[in-house]
Amino acid sequence: MRPLLPLGIVAFVALVAMGVGAMLYHTYKPQALTISKEQAVIGKPEKVHARGAATAPVIVEEFGDFQCPPCGAISEPLNQLERDYHNKIRLTFRNFPLANHQFAQPAAFAAEAAGLQGRFWEMHDLLYREQTNWTKSTDPSELFLSFARIVGLDTAKFQKDINSNEVKERVAADQKRAAELGVHFDPDDFC
Amino acid sequence: MARQKQNTAYRQPATSRSAIIVYSIAAVLALAGLADALYLTVLHLTGQSAVCGGSPSCSQVLASKYAHIGPVPVALLGMLGYFSVFSFAVFSIFNNARATVLMRITVWLMFAAALVLLYLQAFVIHAFCRYCLFSAAVTFLLTGLVVAIPAQSLTPKARP
Repeated sequence: MRPLLPLGIVAFVALVAMGVGAMLYHTYKPQALTISKEQAVIGKPEKVHARGAATAPVIVEEFGDFQCPPCGAISEPLNQLERDYHNKIRLTFRNFPLANHQFAQPAAFAAEAAGLQGRFWEMHDLLYREQTNWTKSTDPSELFLSFARIVGLDTAKFQKDINSNEVKERVAADQKRAAELGVHFDPDDFC
Repeated sequence: MARQKQNTAYRQPATSRSAIIVYSIAAVLALAGLADALYLTVLHLTGQSAVCGGSPSCSQVLASKYAHIGPVPVALLGMLGYFSVFSFAVFSIFNNARATVLMRITVWLMFAAALVLLYLQAFVIHAFCRYCLFSAAVTFLLTGLVVAIPAQSLTPKARP
């Protein structure tokens, strides 16, 4: 009987660990990756950043945070997907800056300010590409300004727009949309 | 024959009281490490590493290319390590000399892995994940137990 006791203890702990693991996995696993056609209404075209054919049968709606490393990691694969299936897939981007990411919101404002000059995606790609650099900076605003120059923006307008209510309202609207769909983490991608 | 051999192993004298205390502490520490590694594994598998404890440094570490070896998350290897240490510690309490040796080997391997991971966080990723630091602290404490207590005092003594 005694030889079985340590085995029993170990088996019990293994079972508990597996049970807790399964419970946590179920809790953290994104529940809804597909939304209904009605929910997929993505607002007025000028209010949503989208690329790919407007008639594409598949729409990917991404909720992203420019300071989040996994968001950065999936950025290029998503771009590649859009290049490979240009007529079949449409990518849309919504800002979902997490509160624990210090510079995520300023980065979202920078992207939206670039969007006001028609260069949202250029800034989007650059912010993700240079993520490891500006996230380490103590004040990334200078870097954002240099990114604005790189993507060919009117920097005076960019500096004015980045603090404008219009830009803040656009980010807030994306966050409202996230709340409606039950987005808690990012990256979250709906098809 | 195999059963006879197994019975002989369990017929060894009872483990000393101090050794039982040391193994029990090791088992509790391993359980703490197991819980930590389990949480990190789940975060990795569900892709929620971005919200790791509300800390950007944590997500930097967990989303880095060093967080997995091929398709296997490092946290999962940590889980296996802690579970092994827990199992060996429990078997050691019940006087299994082979388990004691295996526990020491596993703890030393985990100590080496913890050093490598700390180096990567400090000098390559330039960010520290608090859960990884907790895991390193648990491993160091386990190593401390293994080092501080002489091997012979942990090995069951022969019956006079």
